[in-house]
Amino acid sequence: MNSKASSTDTVGVVGAGSFGLALANLLAANRPVLLYARRPEVVEELQRTRRHGGREILPEIELTNDLEALAHRCELVFPVVPSTAFPEMLHQLSPHLRPSHKVIHGTKGLFVYLPEGETLQSVKQLRREDVRTMSELIQEETVVRRVGCVAGPNLAGEIFEGQPAATVVASPFEEVIREGQGALRSGRFRVHGNHDLFGIELAGVLKNIMAIAAGILHGLGYGDNTRALLVTRGLAEMIYVGRSLGADVRSFLGLAGIGDLVATCSSPRSRNFTVGYRLGQGEALDDILASMEEIAEGLNTVSIVRALTVGQGISAPITLTLYRTLFEDMDIARGMRLLMEFPFSEDVDFI
Amino acid sequence: MESVQHYIQEGILYEPVIPDIHDWPIAKLFRKKSAFLEEVIEETLAQLNRKAGAKGIIDVIEKTMYLERIRMTEEPWKVDPKDESRFWSQIKKELVTNEQVEANPEAFVTRNNEMLERIVSRYAHEIASTFKPGSYHFAKRFLPLFFSTLLNASAGKTIRSVIYHNVHLQERVNLVGETEAIRNLSKRGTIVLVPTHLSNVDSILVGWGLHALGLPAFIYGAGLNLFNTQILGYFMNRLGAYKVDRRKKNPVYRETLNAYSTIALLEGVHSLFFPGGTRSRSGTIEKHLKLGLLGTAMEAQRRNFLQGARSGREKIFVVPLVMSYHFTLEAASLIKQHLTRVGQEQYYILDGQPASYTKFLRFVWTTFSSSSDIVLAFGKPMDIFGNFVDDEGNSLDHRGRLIDVKEYFMSRGKITEDVQRDHEYTRMLGSRIVERYHVENRVFSSHLVAFVAFQMLKRKFPSLDLFGLLRIPEDERTLPMGAYREALERVLARLRYLSDRSKVHLAPHLINDAATIIEHGIKNLGIYHAKRPLRYQNEHTLASDSMNLLYYYHNRLDGYELESLFD
Repeated sequence: MNSKASSTDTVGVVGAGSFGLALANLLAANRPVLLYARRPEVVEELQRTRRHGGREILPEIELTNDLEALAHRCELVFPVVPSTAFPEMLHQLSPHLRPSHKVIHGTKGLFVYLPEGETLQSVKQLRREDVRTMSELIQEETVVRRVGCVAGPNLAGEIFEGQPAATVVASPFEEVIREGQGALRSGRFRVHGNHDLFGIELAGVLKNIMAIAAGILHGLGYGDNTRALLVTRGLAEMIYVGRSLGADVRSFLGLAGIGDLVATCSSPRSRNFTVGYRLGQGEALDDILASMEEIAEGLNTVSIVRALTVGQGISAPITLTLYRTLFEDMDIARGMRLLMEFPFSEDVDFI
Repeated sequence: MESVQHYIQEGILYEPVIPDIHDWPIAKLFRKKSAFLEEVIEETLAQLNRKAGAKGIIDVIEKTMYLERIRMTEEPWKVDPKDESRFWSQIKKELVTNEQVEANPEAFVTRNNEMLERIVSRYAHEIASTFKPGSYHFAKRFLPLFFSTLLNASAGKTIRSVIYHNVHLQERVNLVGETEAIRNLSKRGTIVLVPTHLSNVDSILVGWGLHALGLPAFIYGAGLNLFNTQILGYFMNRLGAYKVDRRKKNPVYRETLNAYSTIALLEGVHSLFFPGGTRSRSGTIEKHLKLGLLGTAMEAQRRNFLQGARSGREKIFVVPLVMSYHFTLEAASLIKQHLTRVGQEQYYILDGQPASYTKFLRFVWTTFSSSSDIVLAFGKPMDIFGNFVDDEGNSLDHRGRLIDVKEYFMSRGKITEDVQRDHEYTRMLGSRIVERYHVENRVFSSHLVAFVAFQMLKRKFPSLDLFGLLRIPEDERTLPMGAYREALERVLARLRYLSDRSKVHLAPHLINDAATIIEHGIKNLGIYHAKRPLRYQNEHTLASDSMNLLYYYHNRLDGYELESLFD
């Protein structure tokens, strides 16, 4: 028997944030879903209301607070928790995972092994070996080998509404791609496969930097021409960074790269874009953070990629400028103006 | 006591794991050699059909014939079978008659499969060796004497005195690491030993090492050129070494080789692969492995789980082995080949030139007699997925919990066949072996002194690229002793730090202080080369007579990020 989709196999989702819930709803169209939330009160709340942010949670979704039961019942698991919570989640989940598990994550962030006493802002440089993608973390911390990720223009709100969309499931294993496709795809949701897991993860991570910058520009009152400039140069910068770390350039030109970039750089539904927008409008970062329910992954990513470009010896003007406006004293308007005046010499120089 | 003496006489340090040679897995396999080869042929045909499809077989044959005809004209060897060109002419003739047969598709497929079977069968018999217990008995008496003679001669003794004052191989060659665990595991599973590869003497050393550990003989693929030396060929052929002809790069030959390995592993015969595929030209530890033979181990493991193990020993254990020397005899030619960066294929040809017996003897002689230290470090045994195993062969995760690796082949509760998945697992195993090589490596004083000297010279001429650096004039290749010792102390401290964290191993002589290590290192580094990689010019200055060799020995410490200590 091969891995032909069986409609009775329960799929696990770890993390009940907006993307986790959106993913669970997609999966529930094909399979029974077991959805884990860390906090018991969240499980209770969702159980009671069966709604999230005004959207319905499908009846095929069962809620749980028990990771062991989830690992026991589901061979296919989708962890969708913020990157900062990922290591702790893995620590809890790892004892219950077996070699038969397949894990496809949906987290767009990086994990960093920081030198002792350093913070993301204080560390001078990072190298490739200091940084882990979430799939690398899974392979390092658990016995699971069959890993993958899901990435693409998938704004949770639109997914809840059932709007047509598509995504990428990436894994070096055909088997994982097949499983992911079988569990996720529907008449309204297309799922493409890609073998460059690292490239796809990185595309999803790096585009958040550009989303913040796009938000700032929008907040400052710049229009679509300016945004198009940022998106285009942003893509080039993502490709430079990705290539220097070992990703396949082509991964950035697909749904998870340019596709996701276009979506997040123009949508107020993106958290990263929203953070940027409010900054552009003149709010202070601390105030914005205090008022947000979920983490904007892009903020940490800016710091990490800034240090990585130093360690890798490459230049990334957008990331660097953004870092200075966010974490150093550079004035936002000045930073953006500088960026728009940056002498990019060639139009297309990354292919 | 007498038996212990007896073993030592024969160069054995451990009691044999299986006392009766006729009970060895390899002996059992070759008792039914023709059935074994039949299965190899069958397996090869099945794999080729799976990959190419019935209709694609004709293309496979045509490609193979084409490549073989090129090989026969461009790289003919004296040892090639006389009927070779007749065989391929016949195949060619039959292929030309395609048009008539093609009219009948069924007959066409049958004809092609028949033709393919003839080619595969030819290859299988060419590759195959025979294991003869009698030859092994003879070899194990002969080889220690042979080695002792070499060693004692080097110690300045006459052949006569050898008989009375044996200096044994085991005094020269240190077997370190997980020797006891490997003996245990050989009874519980099938061992796949994967050594690093620096020198042509490696296979002899490993062979001796396994013998000294009391293990039954392993099969391994040896370059056809080694069989060209008559005496050696005689023994190798009867000790389980099968022939690998690196000139044959066609799909049929490769598949046959893989099938040979797969079936032997299924029969529970312990095997040895040099996963680097060839000797390390640059002197670095292998970074990229050839996955073909490792893939056969993956295949055999899945089938053992699926069909039950024929040998009764279900699991396959992967054991990395790192060999360390102060001196690689062929270093000068290796590094030259590396530096000229001509395609790899060209080097195979150089390798393939039949070596004369005396040349080979002198070669082995020089290595043994000149080396004050040879270390064979047997690494921590792993399962086929790179998890460590305990003495019983149970797989453990990185927190020490038992895991059932059978499940890696499972989907929805059943073991499934998925070639792409196995390939990916094999790639992961390859990276894991490379990682373990760097940990199991024993750093010698000679590696350290070469590394420090080369890095310092590199900093002395920051504007030069590698090739410029290798060509700096002799009077520029000097280093002041004071700064040198300081730099060496920095690297040594870092190595000790890494060693404390189990990221590398240090040879016992590195416990000394820097001055002693420098002296020891310079004395031993590439000791028998005509041009010394590093020597004392006077008591305050070091100099290099050969930048190439210095670079070669320096490369041994590549991959530990020690370069940044010189910034």
